[in-house]
Amino acid sequence: MSFPWARQYEPSNGFTKFLDERLPLPRLVYNAIGAGYPVPRNLSYFWNFGVLAGFFLVVQIVTGVVLAMHYAANAQVAFATTEHIMRDVNWGWLMRYAHANGASFFFIVVYLHIFRGLFYSSYKAPREMIWLLGVVIFLLMMATAFMGYVLPWGQMSFWGAKVITGLFGAIPLVGEPIQVWLLGGFAPDNAALNRFFSLHFLLPFVIAGVVILHIWALHIPGSSNPTGVEVKTESDTVPFHPYYTAKDGFGLGIALLLYFAMVFFLPNALGHPDNYIEANPLSTPAHIVPEWYFWPFYAILRAFTVDFFFVPAKLMGVIAMFASILLWFFLPWLDKSPVRSGHYRPMFRKFFWFGLIPAMIVLFICGGAPAEEPFVMLSQIATAYYFLHFLVILPIISSVEKPEPLPYSITEAVLGSDKKVVKGENTSPAV
Amino acid sequence: MADTTATATPDTATTSDDGIRRRDFLDIAAVSAAGIGGLAVVYPLVSQMAPSKDVLAASSTEVDVSAIEPGQAIKAVFRKQPLFVKRLTAEEIAAAQRDDTASLRDPQTLAERTKEGHGDILVTMGVCTHLGCVPLGAAEGEVKGEFGGYFCPCHGSHYDTAGRIRKGPAPTNLEVPEYEFTSDTVIQVG
Repeated sequence: MSFPWARQYEPSNGFTKFLDERLPLPRLVYNAIGAGYPVPRNLSYFWNFGVLAGFFLVVQIVTGVVLAMHYAANAQVAFATTEHIMRDVNWGWLMRYAHANGASFFFIVVYLHIFRGLFYSSYKAPREMIWLLGVVIFLLMMATAFMGYVLPWGQMSFWGAKVITGLFGAIPLVGEPIQVWLLGGFAPDNAALNRFFSLHFLLPFVIAGVVILHIWALHIPGSSNPTGVEVKTESDTVPFHPYYTAKDGFGLGIALLLYFAMVFFLPNALGHPDNYIEANPLSTPAHIVPEWYFWPFYAILRAFTVDFFFVPAKLMGVIAMFASILLWFFLPWLDKSPVRSGHYRPMFRKFFWFGLIPAMIVLFICGGAPAEEPFVMLSQIATAYYFLHFLVILPIISSVEKPEPLPYSITEAVLGSDKKVVKGENTSPAV
Repeated sequence: MADTTATATPDTATTSDDGIRRRDFLDIAAVSAAGIGGLAVVYPLVSQMAPSKDVLAASSTEVDVSAIEPGQAIKAVFRKQPLFVKRLTAEEIAAAQRDDTASLRDPQTLAERTKEGHGDILVTMGVCTHLGCVPLGAAEGEVKGEFGGYFCPCHGSHYDTAGRIRKGPAPTNLEVPEYEFTSDTVIQVG
């Protein structure tokens, strides 16, 4: 589970010795995030976001459990108890704003984490399982975030619930019965609100469980690194503690500054004013959009406006939206290039920066914009590129591309014997 | 930055004569900041469990006592708990005053438990001081216990006509909440 030169845990006193022979928790921690876990010495700040995602999961669970103490999942009072939390409960405003913005920050760091994985091909062997579990976590996060947004029972909550469950209505034949079954009614009401609350409480703990598997799978091959060259010798690694506890700690400090700047000074900047109007089943808000972190996928959903042969446009949109994430499950086998890091892949790099990233930005903007031109046309082009990139371009690149020469080892890359290698990455001198 | 790292590299260079290193200062500063930050996180997390503003706002009750006949009691609600307001009869007052000097577990005179000028109005919480049951004796026809006041059926505490504990496991008299007469006939509790 680790490199042969990993430091061995030695209980320092009678108590830890006692514990080590019965329940070796300190040993587990030592080997997982302590001095017993050797990590590539050249990790950049892009390797901070896993820890940050874990941190925001904890923030969400702690603030969420607190909110659940004061909230009532009943359509009669849900909106009122949300305002009760904001006005009456001691520090309730802080708990709710921390939870709402915590969700956004959870998605920000997870998106950066995924970005890192895509650029450095962290999904390649032997780390496919880490990637697959990560996609599962992301899907669970999306479900949890969606259901959480319904709970305040504002206008956006209600109509979000209606639209998203309406997606299932697109399934041929059984779609409508499924939608009614999911909602426990013909429109979102008490039954839907109650089950969303129940699942919104449950799923974060499921996420925590999958996170443990994700980290477990990570610790088998160990972390990847910006060169993509595997660890060869001891000089390629440093112990996780204190080197990366310190580096992650610094990153955490920056993240906390940004997070609390939002919580305290712009708490509603990422929300929608309409959600401070109580749910009204008889009136849809003029401009209904999901939370920002769903925008790219919402744009893909809306990009399909005409029927494809015998498949109705509505169904195509739903299929495409789910497929846009599900295809990530196949990424380790679509990208066959033996080289991991985008730094050594000239062709991949061009399509990544000038194809995929602009497409994602366009989808993001279009998802938040009203469904009118030019946004529909733009999201159609970007959607087409998105699928083309993963399903066609990536496999072709990996067979025709001539990668740049890789450094022999991480140590060589860090020590800067090759100028090209050091470019843009970890220019700090050797420790 | 370059200068400090240059001088800081050999550990001995940063150790002053008394053996204190620069790092000791950094360690203490970092741990202190984390500790204060931790407290700032824990305080709201603990405080949110305390009664919220709407609960505290509902902690005052007004009761009109004009319609209560001598010997009759009414139950009101104060802080979501029963409140007994009783108009004592002349006999009950006499019995209570006679026992003012008796051997009491929680010595208090009737005068101390009522307001001046309203010696016949006894306001107590309807909460047994043993384990919180509601004593009998306020409503018509309920058992009043051996001392003619209140009787708690849970574990058998007897209170006298002034609501003082006389027999049974309860440690103290029925609590007299803070209240005042806002007019001749209306009391405000809390």
